[in-house]
Amino acid sequence: MSEQVKQESQTPQNNSRLVLKLLLGAVGMFGFGFALVPLYDVFCDITGLNGKTGGRYSYEAVEVEVDEERLVTVQFRAMNNANMSWQFEPVESQVQVHPGELTEVMFYARNPSSSTIVGQAVPSVSPFRAADYLHKTECFCFSQQTLMAGEDINMPLLFFIDQDIPEDVTKLTLSYTLFDVTANFQQAASL
Amino acid sequence: MNNLGTADGHDMHHDDSHHGPSKGISRWLYTTNHKDIGSLYLWFSLAMFLLGGTFALVIRLELFQPGLQFVEPNFFNQMTTMHGLVMVFGAVMPAFVGLANWMIPMMIGAPDMALPRMNNWSFWILPFAFTMLASTLLMEAGAPNFGWTFYAPLSTTYAPETVTFFIFAIHMMGASSIMGSINIIATIQNLRAPGMTYMKMPLFVWTWLITAYLLLAVMPVLAGVVTMMLFDIHFGTSFFNASGGGDPVLFQHVFWFFGHPEVYIMILPAFGIVSEIIPTFSRKRLFGYDSMVYATSSIAFLSFIVWAHHMFTVGMPLAGELFFMYSTMIIAVPTGVKVFNWISTMFKGSISFEVPMLFAISFVVLFTFGGFTGLMLAIAPADFQYHDTYFVVAHFHYVLVPGAVFSIMAAVYYWLPKWTGNMYDETLGKLHFWLSFVGINILFFPQHFLGLAGMPRRIPDYALQFADFNMVSSIGAFLFGFSQLLFVFVVIKCVRVGKKATDEVWDGSHGLEWTVPSPAPYHTFTTPPSIPEGSH
Amino acid sequence: MQPKNKILLGLLSSALMLISAHASAAWTLNMPVGVTDISRETYDLHMLITIICAFIAVVVYGVLIWSLVKYRKSKGAKSASFHENTTIEIVWTVIPIVILISMAIPSTGVLRQIYDASESELDVMITGYQWRWQYSYLDDEGEEVSYFSNLSTPNDQIAGLDEKNENYLLEVDEPLVIPVNTKVRFLLTSADVIHSWWVPQFAVKKDAIPGFVNESWVIAEETGTFRGQCTELCGQAHGFMPVVVEVVEQAEFDAWYAERQQAAAAIAELTSQDWSMEQLVAQGETVYRTYCMACHQQNGQGLPPAFPALTGSEIAIGPIENHVDVVLNGVAGTAMAAFGTQLNPVDIAAVITYERNALGNSVGDLITPLEILQAQAE
Repeated sequence: MSEQVKQESQTPQNNSRLVLKLLLGAVGMFGFGFALVPLYDVFCDITGLNGKTGGRYSYEAVEVEVDEERLVTVQFRAMNNANMSWQFEPVESQVQVHPGELTEVMFYARNPSSSTIVGQAVPSVSPFRAADYLHKTECFCFSQQTLMAGEDINMPLLFFIDQDIPEDVTKLTLSYTLFDVTANFQQAASL
Repeated sequence: MNNLGTADGHDMHHDDSHHGPSKGISRWLYTTNHKDIGSLYLWFSLAMFLLGGTFALVIRLELFQPGLQFVEPNFFNQMTTMHGLVMVFGAVMPAFVGLANWMIPMMIGAPDMALPRMNNWSFWILPFAFTMLASTLLMEAGAPNFGWTFYAPLSTTYAPETVTFFIFAIHMMGASSIMGSINIIATIQNLRAPGMTYMKMPLFVWTWLITAYLLLAVMPVLAGVVTMMLFDIHFGTSFFNASGGGDPVLFQHVFWFFGHPEVYIMILPAFGIVSEIIPTFSRKRLFGYDSMVYATSSIAFLSFIVWAHHMFTVGMPLAGELFFMYSTMIIAVPTGVKVFNWISTMFKGSISFEVPMLFAISFVVLFTFGGFTGLMLAIAPADFQYHDTYFVVAHFHYVLVPGAVFSIMAAVYYWLPKWTGNMYDETLGKLHFWLSFVGINILFFPQHFLGLAGMPRRIPDYALQFADFNMVSSIGAFLFGFSQLLFVFVVIKCVRVGKKATDEVWDGSHGLEWTVPSPAPYHTFTTPPSIPEGSH
Repeated sequence: MQPKNKILLGLLSSALMLISAHASAAWTLNMPVGVTDISRETYDLHMLITIICAFIAVVVYGVLIWSLVKYRKSKGAKSASFHENTTIEIVWTVIPIVILISMAIPSTGVLRQIYDASESELDVMITGYQWRWQYSYLDDEGEEVSYFSNLSTPNDQIAGLDEKNENYLLEVDEPLVIPVNTKVRFLLTSADVIHSWWVPQFAVKKDAIPGFVNESWVIAEETGTFRGQCTELCGQAHGFMPVVVEVVEQAEFDAWYAERQQAAAAIAELTSQDWSMEQLVAQGETVYRTYCMACHQQNGQGLPPAFPALTGSEIAIGPIENHVDVVLNGVAGTAMAAFGTQLNPVDIAAVITYERNALGNSVGDLITPLEILQAQAE
């Protein structure tokens, strides 16, 4: 009985085929792990989750209607990551805007240390569901800012609130965390 | 039961290429025999269990009373981290792999695993990996101190230099697991004896087949996340760093995408073991074999879509929280089905209470209890009060210790006579069981109350209102911990002496492994057995 | 929830509350009911799930124990042969689903409420640091009120040299103060690693993540002091950064707030005064113990390699300009934060002077708050 029914599945070739498939599966899952990185970003972008605001937004004055009836309060916060030594604060801590109205506010930053430092501001909006409706056309957070020792700067933020922002959102907070990224930009720092 | 035409001791004469195992240390270094490799895994995991247990006793010693008496907070964090890593990756997982190696070929009537040489390598990676990991304790920067869940940026920007050794150790363990899983899948799918269809396989084989697929799917993701860590730490990337456009929460998503299936990887084989033991000592067939297979598969599938219930407080949007709450709650259904099936097996059976059965019954009781607290944790708004407190610690220790660990001990007691040819000492075994059972409940039950009262996890010192239950818990820890020395004694004694075991060993046993002699010959089923119709 | 179930639940919760009220805090068995609408609803949800699980356990364990007793081989039980029954399997699949749905519905309701932080009357930004909390009140008028909240339990109590007080490890120098019956919105973030802010009596727990801002809220319905802890492993002093909130009447809050605004202005006063070596060292010791000791240790020996020693270190006994630079601007790529943005010039001058003239060092020089202010202005 044992001789005649040598199942097809017991051949060495079948073993190698299966093992190869499984190995490819494992490699595929490793790639999937890495694919989760951009997937996560795409998911957050589409849904506005996690308070991430989008990148630069282009403002077509013709297409955007300003909703004069509504006012939305926008609070501004500026804070440093623990290693960052700059003075960093919003010039105005809060504004009231109409949805659709393009507004400019300034943020002040100063490098009190004795060496050139490159900073990166990272924005975050609360509540998260408002993040999708805050459009920045110009922001210092789009790029790194380099300040030499003692140098200071007024950085502009141009933004508007989308007219479609839900009725029940009357206040939102835009916070910036400032990080020291000099180590990533050694060439820039030495200029 | 014995008319399966199986090969037994006659193997040795028919098989020309082997005259029994070689002698000395080279036997163990170069073995490709599934029984030897199974033994290696089991001894290794026992050693790791004692090591991880020692770390736990340091923790419970410090927590015996409020105040910092014995260790510095940074060392305490190293202890909690290493306890978790060693127990998960060094004790529980290798033990299950060891049991798989020993038993799966015999249970399906195969002569060995599909890839015996890779099997050897899968094992020997582990002592290297754990030596590297444990040696960080002696390095100046100390061992990893960021929790076994190693969230970024604590584990990247703020980690001690030894984090790189940690990453490489994880890579090695992952490679070992992946190779082991490939081996197990190939063995089960390709080497079953003719007539052993999938729905006739013992449930232990089924649960391991499913577990192996889970491992194959998620260990590479773990490898991915520690590789991302490596890049962030050494090569200036920003996967988990907001300043470079990354996100610390991304770490948690990717980690738990691995981490949740991982805890099912640690329990499915336990389900399989218990499904072997209970029918034997109830002298009754397992109730609902088919639904056990479907339930296990559902649990495995569902385990992929619940991961963020570990992250309810991280700031996920409402829709996300609700989805993960619902999907987590649903897992209770197939899990409940399994519990009902075990109880229905015992119901109207003819039950005896040898040590394996004692462990299996307490598995059913205490794992189910851990399941209830798991359901409580699934309720997202309530979880805001439980998350990162001792309530969570109590939950997962109930499912892992009287859950997974008890099932491993049950399996060891159950199959020791088959491995060694000797019965273990029943009196000492029962003593070990009762000491462990009492110790474990004294150790972990009060932790529910600590969590509800407000005690956070991973703290070396605590406010005064937590003192009494902490003292009780620590007493339980020492009772449970030292009782395991009794287990070591029982195992070693059984290897050397004991009443001679028969082939069947247990009165109600079924399955191919009980048709070969005890101890099982070095090579079994070199000629496939015939499987009669109607098994299972 | 049906009225009779509410009554049953109420009776059971009262029973439990009575039990826990009579027992000392030490043997507390249950979570607090708390002082907010949300905390009560969370507690009720917790009790509902617990009771349902208890009922299920009674049934399931009941059958199990019955089987173990009645069907023992030693008592002569003979095993039956059944091993499947489709009907019962369907029943015990469907019933759990129904039970789960009945749990999911109230849970969804409570979660929805927790997520609605809109229409707040007061906004507070809570920033987690290693190892303290910073509270900043959002206000577009007047001086910003912003301060650190540090564990204030003396080290001697932790080391066992002194008897532990009632609020051991749950007390701070400056608690968060909020008005009662006011919707307060919390904005949570971190300056370094992930922390988590929890007050059990509010049922508020939210992670503080560097680079991102989370949101939560509370309407506290009772005045009093409420204590919680950090609930995300954040390094060695994770267990030593408690949360303390004082809820006070609106009038008291207004008075306190105005006083804090003045205090911010008063720092400028203090900065321009003269400070003697003794005064600086005394103040510096307090600052050191609160902000520096966790890493650099009480005696300045540090925990190398992560945290260097200050005793005999290049920085602490070398040129004072370097010492000032390190304290003000931190050291990039290490755990040494830029304290220039966290501490006022008085505290910075004091702690630098202390580090140079204590901890085994005796350099003999000092620096004044005014000089620190100038250094920051350069």
